[in-house]
Amino acid sequence: MRSIIYLFIGIFFGIVLFKSEAASWFRIYEMFQFKSFHMYGIIGSAVGLGIIVIQLIKKLNIKSLDGEGIKIQPKNRSFKRYMFGGIIFGLGWALAGACPGPMFVLLGAGYLPILIVIISSILGTFLYGIIKHKLPH
Amino acid sequence: MNWIFDPWPWYISGPLIVLVMFALLITGKQFGMSSNLRTMCTMCGAGKAADFFRFDWKAQRWNLIVAIGTIIGGYIGANFLTKDAAVDLHPEVISKLQNQGFKSAGEAYLPNELFANAIFSDPSQLIFLIIGGLLVGFGARYAGGCTSGHAISGLSNLQIPSLIAVIGFFIGGLLMIHFIFPLIF
Repeated sequence: MRSIIYLFIGIFFGIVLFKSEAASWFRIYEMFQFKSFHMYGIIGSAVGLGIIVIQLIKKLNIKSLDGEGIKIQPKNRSFKRYMFGGIIFGLGWALAGACPGPMFVLLGAGYLPILIVIISSILGTFLYGIIKHKLPH
Repeated sequence: MNWIFDPWPWYISGPLIVLVMFALLITGKQFGMSSNLRTMCTMCGAGKAADFFRFDWKAQRWNLIVAIGTIIGGYIGANFLTKDAAVDLHPEVISKLQNQGFKSAGEAYLPNELFANAIFSDPSQLIFLIIGGLLVGFGARYAGGCTSGHAISGLSNLQIPSLIAVIGFFIGGLLMIHFIFPLIF
Protein backbone atom coordinates (compact mmCIF):
# COMPACT_ATOMS: atom_id res chain seq x y z
CA MET A 1 0.00 0.00 0.00
CA ARG A 2 2.74 2.42 1.03
CA SER A 3 4.68 1.51 -2.09
CA ILE A 4 1.73 2.62 -4.22
CA ILE A 5 1.68 5.97 -2.41
CA TYR A 6 5.40 6.49 -3.05
CA LEU A 7 4.94 5.51 -6.67
CA PHE A 8 2.20 8.10 -7.09
CA ILE A 9 4.22 10.79 -5.30
CA GLY A 10 7.04 10.04 -7.74
CA ILE A 11 4.77 10.10 -10.79
CA PHE A 12 3.34 13.44 -9.69
CA PHE A 13 6.82 14.83 -9.04
CA GLY A 14 8.00 13.64 -12.46
CA ILE A 15 5.08 15.28 -14.25
CA VAL A 16 5.65 18.56 -12.37
CA LEU A 17 9.38 18.58 -13.18
CA PHE A 18 8.74 17.92 -16.85
CA LYS A 19 5.85 20.36 -17.25
CA SER A 20 7.59 23.14 -15.30
CA GLU A 21 10.57 22.76 -17.65
CA ALA A 22 12.83 22.46 -14.60
CA ALA A 23 14.13 19.32 -16.34
CA SER A 24 15.18 21.32 -19.39
CA TRP A 25 18.90 21.85 -19.93
CA PHE A 26 18.01 25.16 -21.60
CA ARG A 27 16.17 26.46 -18.52
CA ILE A 28 19.17 25.74 -16.31
CA TYR A 29 21.44 27.59 -18.75
CA GLU A 30 19.01 30.52 -18.88
CA MET A 31 18.86 30.64 -15.08
CA PHE A 32 22.64 30.96 -14.81
CA GLN A 33 22.49 33.72 -17.43
CA PHE A 34 19.94 35.58 -15.24
CA LYS A 35 17.75 36.03 -18.31
CA SER A 36 14.51 34.60 -17.00
CA PHE A 37 12.66 34.65 -13.73
CA HIS A 38 11.13 31.23 -14.37
CA MET A 39 13.56 28.98 -12.44
CA TYR A 40 13.97 31.54 -9.66
CA GLY A 41 10.18 31.69 -9.43
CA ILE A 42 9.94 27.91 -9.08
CA ILE A 43 12.65 27.61 -6.43
CA GLY A 44 11.61 30.85 -4.68
CA SER A 45 7.91 30.03 -4.47
CA ALA A 46 8.72 26.48 -3.35
CA VAL A 47 11.02 27.71 -0.59
CA GLY A 48 8.63 30.50 0.48
CA LEU A 49 5.67 28.15 0.74
CA GLY A 50 7.90 25.38 2.11
CA ILE A 51 8.99 27.56 5.02
CA ILE A 52 5.33 28.24 5.90
CA VAL A 53 4.40 24.55 5.61
CA ILE A 54 7.27 23.39 7.82
CA GLN A 55 6.61 26.10 10.40
CA LEU A 56 2.96 25.01 10.50
CA ILE A 57 3.96 21.35 10.88
CA LYS A 58 6.09 22.34 13.87
CA LYS A 59 3.59 24.77 15.44
CA LEU A 60 0.57 22.49 15.02
CA ASN A 61 2.65 19.42 15.86
CA ILE A 62 1.29 17.59 12.83
CA LYS A 63 1.88 13.85 12.95
CA SER A 64 2.87 11.55 10.13
CA LEU A 65 0.53 8.78 8.98
CA ASP A 66 2.27 6.43 11.41
CA GLY A 67 1.22 8.74 14.25
CA GLU A 68 4.77 9.84 14.93
CA GLY A 69 5.93 13.44 15.14
CA ILE A 70 7.46 14.76 11.93
CA LYS A 71 11.15 15.31 12.54
CA ILE A 72 13.36 16.95 10.01
CA GLN A 73 16.89 15.87 10.70
CA PRO A 74 19.16 18.90 10.88
CA LYS A 75 22.36 18.69 8.85
CA ASN A 76 25.65 18.63 10.70
CA ARG A 77 27.22 22.03 11.10
CA SER A 78 30.15 22.58 8.82
CA PHE A 79 31.22 24.91 6.05
CA LYS A 80 33.73 23.16 3.82
CA ARG A 81 31.74 20.14 2.75
CA TYR A 82 28.69 22.20 1.83
CA MET A 83 30.64 24.86 -0.03
CA PHE A 84 33.08 22.55 -1.86
CA GLY A 85 30.48 19.87 -2.50
CA GLY A 86 28.02 22.53 -3.59
CA ILE A 87 30.43 24.06 -6.09
CA ILE A 88 31.26 20.65 -7.58
CA PHE A 89 27.55 19.86 -7.83
CA GLY A 90 26.83 23.24 -9.44
CA LEU A 91 29.50 22.71 -12.10
CA GLY A 92 27.88 19.42 -13.05
CA TRP A 93 24.33 20.77 -12.80
CA ALA A 94 25.12 23.47 -15.35
CA LEU A 95 27.06 21.16 -17.68
CA ALA A 96 24.65 18.22 -17.74
CA GLY A 97 21.69 20.56 -17.28
CA ALA A 98 20.09 18.13 -14.88
CA CYS A 99 20.15 17.37 -11.18
CA PRO A 100 19.22 13.95 -9.75
CA GLY A 101 15.41 14.40 -9.96
CA PRO A 102 15.25 15.63 -13.57
CA MET A 103 17.68 12.90 -14.68
CA PHE A 104 15.03 10.28 -14.00
CA VAL A 105 12.33 12.46 -15.56
CA LEU A 106 14.32 12.76 -18.78
CA LEU A 107 14.91 9.03 -18.93
CA GLY A 108 11.14 8.52 -18.82
CA ALA A 109 10.64 11.28 -21.38
CA GLY A 110 12.73 9.18 -23.76
CA TYR A 111 16.05 11.05 -23.91
CA LEU A 112 18.32 8.01 -23.83
CA PRO A 113 21.67 9.88 -23.61
CA ILE A 114 20.62 10.92 -20.09
CA LEU A 115 21.47 7.31 -19.15
CA ILE A 116 25.11 8.30 -19.56
CA VAL A 117 24.58 11.11 -17.05
CA ILE A 118 22.77 8.80 -14.62
CA ILE A 119 25.46 6.09 -14.78
CA SER A 120 28.21 8.72 -14.42
CA SER A 121 26.48 10.27 -11.42
CA ILE A 122 26.30 6.85 -9.75
CA LEU A 123 30.03 6.48 -10.46
CA GLY A 124 30.63 9.98 -9.07
CA THR A 125 28.80 9.00 -5.90
CA PHE A 126 30.92 5.83 -5.71
CA LEU A 127 34.09 7.88 -6.17
CA TYR A 128 33.06 10.13 -3.29
CA GLY A 129 32.46 7.11 -1.05
CA ILE A 130 35.95 5.80 -1.84
CA ILE A 131 37.89 9.02 -1.14
CA LYS A 132 35.52 10.51 1.45
CA HIS A 133 38.03 10.20 4.31
CA LYS A 134 40.64 12.20 2.39
CA LEU A 135 38.38 15.20 1.80
CA PRO A 136 37.89 18.18 4.12
CA HIS A 137 34.42 18.04 5.67
CA MET B 1 -8.09 22.36 -19.78
CA ASN B 2 -5.77 23.45 -22.56
CA TRP B 3 -3.38 25.05 -20.09
CA ILE B 4 -2.30 21.61 -18.96
CA PHE B 5 -0.58 21.03 -22.31
CA ASP B 6 1.32 24.32 -22.08
CA PRO B 7 4.41 24.75 -19.90
CA TRP B 8 3.31 25.18 -16.29
CA PRO B 9 4.09 28.60 -14.83
CA TRP B 10 6.45 28.92 -11.86
CA TYR B 11 3.68 29.92 -9.45
CA ILE B 12 1.95 26.58 -10.12
CA SER B 13 5.09 24.44 -10.30
CA GLY B 14 6.81 25.74 -7.14
CA PRO B 15 3.81 25.06 -4.85
CA LEU B 16 3.29 21.62 -6.45
CA ILE B 17 6.89 20.72 -5.56
CA VAL B 18 6.10 21.73 -1.97
CA LEU B 19 3.14 19.35 -2.14
CA VAL B 20 5.59 16.55 -3.00
CA MET B 21 7.78 17.51 -0.04
CA PHE B 22 4.74 17.63 2.24
CA ALA B 23 3.42 14.26 1.01
CA LEU B 24 6.77 12.66 1.83
CA LEU B 25 6.94 14.28 5.27
CA ILE B 26 3.44 13.09 6.08
CA THR B 27 4.44 9.53 5.18
CA GLY B 28 7.42 9.90 7.48
CA LYS B 29 10.12 10.42 4.86
CA GLN B 30 12.41 13.20 3.73
CA PHE B 31 12.61 14.64 0.23
CA GLY B 32 16.00 13.92 -1.37
CA MET B 33 16.60 12.41 -4.78
CA SER B 34 20.40 12.08 -4.78
CA SER B 35 20.28 9.58 -1.89
CA ASN B 36 19.08 7.11 -4.52
CA LEU B 37 22.46 7.28 -6.23
CA ARG B 38 24.15 6.08 -3.04
CA THR B 39 21.54 3.34 -2.64
CA MET B 40 22.24 2.16 -6.19
CA CYS B 41 25.97 1.99 -5.39
CA THR B 42 25.21 -0.21 -2.40
CA MET B 43 22.90 -2.43 -4.45
CA CYS B 44 25.75 -2.91 -6.92
CA GLY B 45 28.01 -4.13 -4.12
CA ALA B 46 29.91 -0.91 -3.32
CA GLY B 47 29.83 -1.90 0.36
CA LYS B 48 32.84 -4.12 -0.39
CA ALA B 49 34.83 -1.04 -1.38
CA ALA B 50 33.92 1.55 1.27
CA ASP B 51 32.17 1.86 4.62
CA PHE B 52 30.10 4.70 3.23
CA PHE B 53 28.07 2.16 1.25
CA ARG B 54 27.57 -0.32 4.08
CA PHE B 55 23.99 0.34 5.12
CA ASP B 56 20.69 -1.45 4.84
CA TRP B 57 19.61 -0.29 1.40
CA LYS B 58 16.19 -1.87 1.84
CA ALA B 59 15.36 0.97 4.24
CA GLN B 60 15.70 3.24 1.19
CA ARG B 61 13.38 1.17 -0.97
CA TRP B 62 10.66 3.82 -0.68
CA ASN B 63 12.95 6.40 -2.27
CA LEU B 64 13.81 4.10 -5.18
CA ILE B 65 10.06 3.70 -5.73
CA VAL B 66 9.74 7.51 -5.82
CA ALA B 67 12.53 7.56 -8.43
CA ILE B 68 10.74 4.91 -10.53
CA GLY B 69 7.59 7.02 -10.26
CA THR B 70 9.57 10.03 -11.44
CA ILE B 71 10.60 8.10 -14.56
CA ILE B 72 6.95 7.22 -15.24
CA GLY B 73 5.97 10.84 -14.58
CA GLY B 74 8.51 11.99 -17.17
CA TYR B 75 7.01 9.56 -19.67
CA ILE B 76 3.47 10.78 -18.98
CA GLY B 77 4.48 14.43 -19.02
CA ALA B 78 6.33 14.16 -22.31
CA ASN B 79 3.92 11.85 -24.16
CA PHE B 80 0.44 12.71 -22.91
CA LEU B 81 0.61 16.20 -21.43
CA THR B 82 2.74 18.08 -23.92
CA LYS B 83 1.95 19.11 -27.47
CA ASP B 84 5.03 21.18 -28.19
CA ALA B 85 8.01 20.59 -25.92
CA ALA B 86 10.08 23.50 -27.30
CA VAL B 87 11.21 25.72 -24.43
CA ASP B 88 10.38 29.38 -24.94
CA LEU B 89 13.70 30.93 -23.99
CA HIS B 90 14.72 34.57 -23.75
CA PRO B 91 15.73 35.72 -27.30
CA GLU B 92 19.20 36.77 -26.11
CA VAL B 93 19.74 33.31 -24.64
CA ILE B 94 18.71 31.71 -27.94
CA SER B 95 21.15 33.78 -29.98
CA LYS B 96 23.93 33.24 -27.47
CA LEU B 97 23.40 29.47 -27.51
CA GLN B 98 23.21 29.37 -31.29
CA ASN B 99 26.52 31.20 -31.46
CA GLN B 100 27.99 28.51 -29.21
CA GLY B 101 26.75 25.83 -31.59
CA PHE B 102 23.48 24.87 -29.90
CA LYS B 103 21.30 25.22 -32.98
CA SER B 104 18.29 23.61 -31.34
CA ALA B 105 17.94 26.42 -28.76
CA GLY B 106 14.36 27.67 -28.77
CA GLU B 107 13.10 24.67 -30.72
CA ALA B 108 13.55 21.75 -28.35
CA TYR B 109 13.29 20.67 -24.71
CA LEU B 110 16.93 19.57 -24.59
CA PRO B 111 19.78 20.48 -26.95
CA ASN B 112 20.06 17.92 -29.77
CA GLU B 113 23.79 18.55 -29.68
CA LEU B 114 24.01 16.73 -26.32
CA PHE B 115 20.86 14.64 -26.00
CA ALA B 116 20.05 13.27 -29.45
CA ASN B 117 20.91 9.58 -29.91
CA ALA B 118 23.62 10.58 -32.39
CA ILE B 119 25.78 11.44 -29.39
CA PHE B 120 26.39 7.74 -28.74
CA SER B 121 28.61 7.70 -31.81
CA ASP B 122 30.42 10.95 -31.01
CA PRO B 123 32.77 10.51 -28.06
CA SER B 124 33.90 14.16 -28.20
CA GLN B 125 30.44 15.29 -27.05
CA LEU B 126 29.75 12.27 -24.87
CA ILE B 127 32.54 13.36 -22.56
CA PHE B 128 30.48 16.39 -21.45
CA LEU B 129 27.65 14.16 -20.25
CA ILE B 130 30.10 11.87 -18.47
CA ILE B 131 31.91 14.71 -16.70
CA GLY B 132 28.62 16.45 -15.87
CA GLY B 133 27.24 13.27 -14.32
CA LEU B 134 30.40 12.55 -12.34
CA LEU B 135 30.39 16.08 -10.89
CA VAL B 136 26.69 15.93 -9.99
CA GLY B 137 27.02 12.56 -8.25
CA PHE B 138 30.26 13.41 -6.45
CA GLY B 139 29.17 16.92 -5.47
CA ALA B 140 25.71 15.91 -4.26
CA ARG B 141 27.11 13.34 -1.85
CA TYR B 142 29.98 15.57 -0.73
CA ALA B 143 27.50 18.37 -0.01
CA GLY B 144 25.07 15.90 1.57
CA GLY B 145 22.20 16.64 -0.80
CA CYS B 146 21.10 18.07 -4.12
CA THR B 147 18.48 20.53 -5.28
CA SER B 148 15.60 18.67 -3.61
CA GLY B 149 17.36 17.95 -0.32
CA HIS B 150 19.15 21.28 0.12
CA ALA B 151 17.49 23.94 -2.06
CA ILE B 152 13.89 22.89 -1.40
CA SER B 153 13.78 20.79 1.76
CA GLY B 154 16.75 22.28 3.61
CA LEU B 155 16.03 25.94 2.88
CA SER B 156 12.37 25.39 3.80
CA ASN B 157 13.60 24.16 7.17
CA LEU B 158 15.86 27.24 7.46
CA GLN B 159 19.04 25.17 7.68
CA ILE B 160 22.28 27.14 7.39
CA PRO B 161 24.19 24.17 5.87
CA SER B 162 21.65 24.06 3.04
CA LEU B 163 22.08 27.78 2.42
CA ILE B 164 25.85 27.29 2.14
CA ALA B 165 25.30 24.36 -0.24
CA VAL B 166 22.87 26.34 -2.43
CA ILE B 167 25.33 29.25 -2.61
CA GLY B 168 27.91 26.65 -3.67
CA PHE B 169 25.51 25.29 -6.35
CA PHE B 170 25.26 28.77 -7.81
CA ILE B 171 28.97 29.53 -7.67
CA GLY B 172 29.62 26.25 -9.51
CA GLY B 173 26.85 26.85 -12.04
CA LEU B 174 27.95 30.40 -12.79
CA LEU B 175 31.58 29.32 -13.18
CA MET B 176 30.53 26.63 -15.64
CA ILE B 177 28.25 28.81 -17.77
CA HIS B 178 30.29 32.01 -17.81
CA PHE B 179 33.89 30.81 -17.69
CA ILE B 180 34.08 27.16 -18.76
CA PHE B 181 31.39 27.08 -21.48
CA PRO B 182 33.17 29.71 -23.61
CA LEU B 183 36.26 27.47 -23.51
CA ILE B 184 34.58 24.19 -24.41
CA PHE B 185 31.71 25.13 -26.73
